[in-house]
Amino acid sequence: MSGKSKLTVDVAIIGGGIIGTATARELSKYQLKVVVIEKEAEVGWGTTKANSGIVHAGFHEEPGTLKAKYCFPGNQMFPKLCEELDVCFEQNGILMVARNEEEWETVQKYYERGKERGVPLELLSGEEARALEPELSEDIVGALHAPEGGSVMPFELAAALMENAIYNGVELLTNSPVIGARVENGKKIVETPFNIVEADVVINAAGLFTDEIARMFGDDYFTIKPRKGEEYLFDLDTKNMVKRTIFPVPSKVSKGILVIPTAEGNLMMGPTGDNIDQKDDLATTRDGFQRILEGARSLVPGINPRKIIAQFAGVRAASDRGDFIVEHSPNVPGLIHLAGMESPGLTAAPAIAVDAVRLVEEAGMKLVPKEDFQPRRENIVRFRSLSREEQDRLVKENPAYGRIICRCEQVTEGEIIDAIRRGARTLDGIKFRARAGAGRCQGGFCQPIVMAIIARELNIPLEQVTKRGPGSEQVLFKAKELLAGGITQ
Amino acid sequence: MKQLFVDVAIIGGGPAGLASALAARAEGAEKVLIIERNHELGGILLQCIHHGFGLHRFKAELSGPEYAQRFIDQVKETDIEVLLNTMVLEVTSDRKLYAVNSEQGLMEISAKAIILAMGCRERTRGALQIPGTRPAGIYSAGAAQRFVNIDGYMPGKRAVILGSGDIGLIMARRFTLEGAKVEAVVEVMPYAAGLARNVVQCLEDFDIPLILKSTVTAIHGKDRLEAVTISEVDDKWNPIPGTERTIECDTLLLSVGLVPENELSREAGVKLDPVTNGAYIDDRMMTSIPGIFACGNVLHVHDLVDNVSKESERAGMYAARYALGKLDAPEKKVKVVAGRNIRYVVPQEISLDEPVEFFMRVQAPEEDVTLNVGGIRSKKENSVRPSEMLSIKLTPEQLQSFEGDTFVIEVLSNKEDEVSA
Ligand SMILES: Cc1cc2nc3c(=O)[nH]c(=O)nc-3n(C[C@H](O)[C@H](O)[C@H](O)COP(=O)(O)OP(=O)(O)OC[C@H]3O[C@@H](n4cnc5c(N)ncnc54)[C@H](O)[C@@H]3O)c2cc1C
Repeated sequence: MSGKSKLTVDVAIIGGGIIGTATARELSKYQLKVVVIEKEAEVGWGTTKANSGIVHAGFHEEPGTLKAKYCFPGNQMFPKLCEELDVCFEQNGILMVARNEEEWETVQKYYERGKERGVPLELLSGEEARALEPELSEDIVGALHAPEGGSVMPFELAAALMENAIYNGVELLTNSPVIGARVENGKKIVETPFNIVEADVVINAAGLFTDEIARMFGDDYFTIKPRKGEEYLFDLDTKNMVKRTIFPVPSKVSKGILVIPTAEGNLMMGPTGDNIDQKDDLATTRDGFQRILEGARSLVPGINPRKIIAQFAGVRAASDRGDFIVEHSPNVPGLIHLAGMESPGLTAAPAIAVDAVRLVEEAGMKLVPKEDFQPRRENIVRFRSLSREEQDRLVKENPAYGRIICRCEQVTEGEIIDAIRRGARTLDGIKFRARAGAGRCQGGFCQPIVMAIIARELNIPLEQVTKRGPGSEQVLFKAKELLAGGITQ
Repeated sequence: MKQLFVDVAIIGGGPAGLASALAARAEGAEKVLIIERNHELGGILLQCIHHGFGLHRFKAELSGPEYAQRFIDQVKETDIEVLLNTMVLEVTSDRKLYAVNSEQGLMEISAKAIILAMGCRERTRGALQIPGTRPAGIYSAGAAQRFVNIDGYMPGKRAVILGSGDIGLIMARRFTLEGAKVEAVVEVMPYAAGLARNVVQCLEDFDIPLILKSTVTAIHGKDRLEAVTISEVDDKWNPIPGTERTIECDTLLLSVGLVPENELSREAGVKLDPVTNGAYIDDRMMTSIPGIFACGNVLHVHDLVDNVSKESERAGMYAARYALGKLDAPEKKVKVVAGRNIRYVVPQEISLDEPVEFFMRVQAPEEDVTLNVGGIRSKKENSVRPSEMLSIKLTPEQLQSFEGDTFVIEVLSNKEDEVSA
């Protein structure tokens, strides 16, 4: 234990997902010493990187729940937040469609529910809905339209929140799983393989593992029940097939299978909602695919599965209460749980973060605003989205922007180097931040080149470049190395 | 922004681009420019270090780089301009190109004729819907080929290869020679997708099992690939329950098809053939946009580079004529139609007054057949296979006898029961 470095802070946030990073950025507005402790190589790699990316409108949630309390206010914070942080956000609107009279009744109930909360909404006939979205199924009889629903790149948002928080003084520890926690003289002690962090207040935002973190502190009063959702992403040439996110009427357990135009423009379909045993079960399944395709086609019949370029799964951290948990630990003063963040956790995150600050104050911390808080952060310059003249100027300033590495998404070496400078350490990190390898060839061409850039910039051998952290090395041997033992055949 | 004016601009410096550039220059185009994104010419041939290139053209068994070098040397002897490390970002229908490199920044290139020679890319796991996890250790066969042959690294030591396309077969042998164990090559069809000679030389000679009518139905492993499950499939490619077996491996290579890279063409408005995924062209190798030509794997996927060179020379010649104002619009256009057991034919349109070489692939293997070409020529074949492209040349004189407005090419069975049917 003695070899570990010690860190004393006011607030330690466990988990760098959307909840942890949004809270860190909110706390960075005050004169507090804050650290985010994240087990993975980069922030945002838990549930936050693998979800639908929908900024929900706020009409779905059961009245009286915390989901209802935070969803609509969260939604309302997105335009400004994403503007400040220069994150891709599209307010493309949401349509919940009815395929028969019974569903139409349900849709009207959601209309009333949303109206009560002040959500801007309108009811549309089948024809009106199809006039907005010509690809909608013929049998749709009516729809609820929420123009302020949106789409965001969730990973990008988490990374941006963290970058901005770091700029404003927050510290980040990556590759640092919390493996132990205890209370000593009122101070909370949190331990990772390399660090011992002493904090007045600990915020438990560990997503799927919030129940385990709570138990480390002796808090054994909620459990997380993992529920998996598979998603299937289409080629960018599906852009504009559908503009708004299309929902069916929800069932008791889920919002159903959706057709989602992502903030980047690719169409996506999903998610399933299947209870699973293992929190790290991220496998996609044939059965899940078939259910999703069927569901998506019942909304938009023209969906073509041959255009799929990638699939993934995310795991919702549903609590046994069926609702968010945003509260002080009943047993440990100064321990705050932000748990049970299933959907709409992403949408709610900005509003939850504001409330988390209030909880920190209640826990005895004095909140003195920083005068020099910088709310703005600039995104990686995307070569592709510049005009020809701007591109020309950029290349003349920095020749690295004249080398296109990822041809499908037209990502330059300059962007990849910038992503590394901002914390990308792996191929997935580069893909999420700079989009290299996210296009239709899925890295077939650029992966070896991106690996070489990572190796050069981080000054590591190619064999140590990973897909997403230790254990996922890409090339295991040098050529001819295996021949030392002779050919095995 | 830098401005350039050329007669013929060629996108891509692989075998198609090289051959078309030489032909365009030989035909009299003054300013011929090759634009290549890599730091050297040669395209995908540079990583194909095995032998088997040039049997038809040079009557020699060359490696990929050797074959490419013969053309590169010729280009160097001419005044053909070459821009390396340069990416074309956009092609417009009025034949402007926007390209970028580190030294010159953005360039606007106005061309009298453009030749599309961008090649193709490999199909990915995403396109295949293989269920399971997403660990490291899954690569397209071409990416693995690059790791081994160019970068000098081995992805792993125990591999399964899905798909029996030529690159997959070649990589099965390459991995074996590098000391790795190739557990199996798994193919969904009842026959191999690659050339027969590659099945013999790359699998049979090394005792690597080829498992037909099967596919990978699950991927296992969290961070790094640990195993794959394979299953037999029925005639509709659905896995047959109960036939699953698991093979431990740290590497899965995908060799499941190639797709022409037509993003630039599509954005320019070039009409594409949904079967080839390449441009619709006429007998002058011209696309639906006047002055824009296409050849090589961006037009349709070839199995022999010799055919690419031949086809591309014609594209170069016609592009030069167009640039020089010597290519008149054809008087008449006849549609070429794929008939019985033909998957596609290139070109898709002919004028009857130019010599033409049809390239085509069959839909399914068949023995003892006759290729009927527009009713004006026929050719007997002992056997035809989807993996082996067929070609047939016709002169304008031969074409004179054709009447009608659709030119059907079909495979007819010589077996008696089918003839009467
Ligand atoms: C398929 C799917 C679709 C969804 N769609 C939407 C949607 O469209 N809109 C929406 O609003 N919401 C959606 N959600 C919900 C949303 O994704 C989550 O609410 C949100 O991402 C939760 O964020 P988080 O920060 O709580 O969790 P996470 O992102 O999982 O963050 C937790 C972090 O804690 C870290 N951690 C865990 N244990 C430890 C430890 N011991 N030590 C250190 N660090 C640790 C993890 O590595 C992780 O980075 C969806 C969820 C799923 C699964």
